[in-house]
Amino acid sequence: MNGPQDLGGQMGFGLVAPELEEPLFHAAWEKRALGLTLCAGALGKWTIDESRHARESLHPADYYASSYYEIWTKALEALLLRHGLITAADLAAQRVVDLVPESMRILTADNVPTTLARGGRCDRPMAVPPRFATGDRVRTRWTNPTGHTRLPRYARDCVGMIETVHGGFVFPDTNAHGAGEAQEYVYTVVFTGEELWGEAADPGLTVSIDAWESYLVPA
Amino acid sequence: MAARVRALETILVGKGLVDPAAIDAIVETYETKIGPRNGAHVVATAWTDPGFAAWLKTDATAAIASLGYTGRQGEHMRAVFNTEGEHNLVVCTLCSCYPWSVLGLPPVWYKSPPYRSRAVIDPRSVLAEFGLGLPADTSIRVWDSTAELRYLVIPQRPAGTDDLDTEALAALVTRDSMIGTGLARAPGQP
Repeated sequence: MNGPQDLGGQMGFGLVAPELEEPLFHAAWEKRALGLTLCAGALGKWTIDESRHARESLHPADYYASSYYEIWTKALEALLLRHGLITAADLAAQRVVDLVPESMRILTADNVPTTLARGGRCDRPMAVPPRFATGDRVRTRWTNPTGHTRLPRYARDCVGMIETVHGGFVFPDTNAHGAGEAQEYVYTVVFTGEELWGEAADPGLTVSIDAWESYLVPA
Repeated sequence: MAARVRALETILVGKGLVDPAAIDAIVETYETKIGPRNGAHVVATAWTDPGFAAWLKTDATAAIASLGYTGRQGEHMRAVFNTEGEHNLVVCTLCSCYPWSVLGLPPVWYKSPPYRSRAVIDPRSVLAEFGLGLPADTSIRVWDSTAELRYLVIPQRPAGTDDLDTEALAALVTRDSMIGTGLARAPGQP
């Protein structure tokens, strides 16, 4: 979706503000927000793609006014509500009003090290060969999907070159909506600055994205 | 927001969906075990061991795992090497993708609109805001992390470091140099 998250090339946000000696967390609640997000994700009710889509589905005014842990927290509430793990009554009362209907396996403290060290791989075996090879010229699709996508607007309908052929990966555009993993090959596609931004672009600039196969057509 | 997060934790713990000790363990992991020192170890090893550097170029996930760094947001790694003529810069324009297993949790600026919007269109000005002025003839390659690959920049080894061991070299490798918004420090440089 052409949502607030799709920031590449947008203007007006001002200078980057690196902090000297930046703390890992800026408030105690950020630690809890991180932990809650990971613990709730470990319940297995939604995928990382669905959680990204929940974040980018915040109203743009809300998204831009929120810090990243605020975005995470607001999206987490939406995910928990959508999957029936909390209710509006729980949130209004700020305590448990409605019990969850099923008992679930949860992430316990003793399992945290192995769970974090294992992660969650997103590569999948492919039954067909890749459509493109290193060095191929490709054009990204001109498309404006209303659902989740990982093809940024600034890189749509642009000609680039396949730099690397990766294996198959879960396709976020379907997986975010519960429509299956539908794995596709992923390619690193490199573009000149001029192709993306016009003739005033930095002549020494190249930019790559990692694109699923269905984002690309031969050029 | 503090009250809102506290309420959410109360609800989820009350329903038996979250173990508060697991939250503590997650936070402690990223405060004490997983951070940019991991990545600095990878870089310093690449500087001192050509065989490791070659492995890192062809299969970064396995090479990095051999040093003990695996897991969440580092499942599919790629290392990109700065050269005399080309500087690498990593961004996630669509969210906040970042190689947690080697760099830990991302800094606020990495997740914020100014960096995410400008790194792909005007990286030279972004680098200047970090105090990094590249020669005009150095090209810039920006890697937008739009899929599940996570990128680690391998900065160039500073001059005058021939007699340093891996540990001393790792101390020169800043977090920003592994994102591309900085260079490795010269010996004696603060």
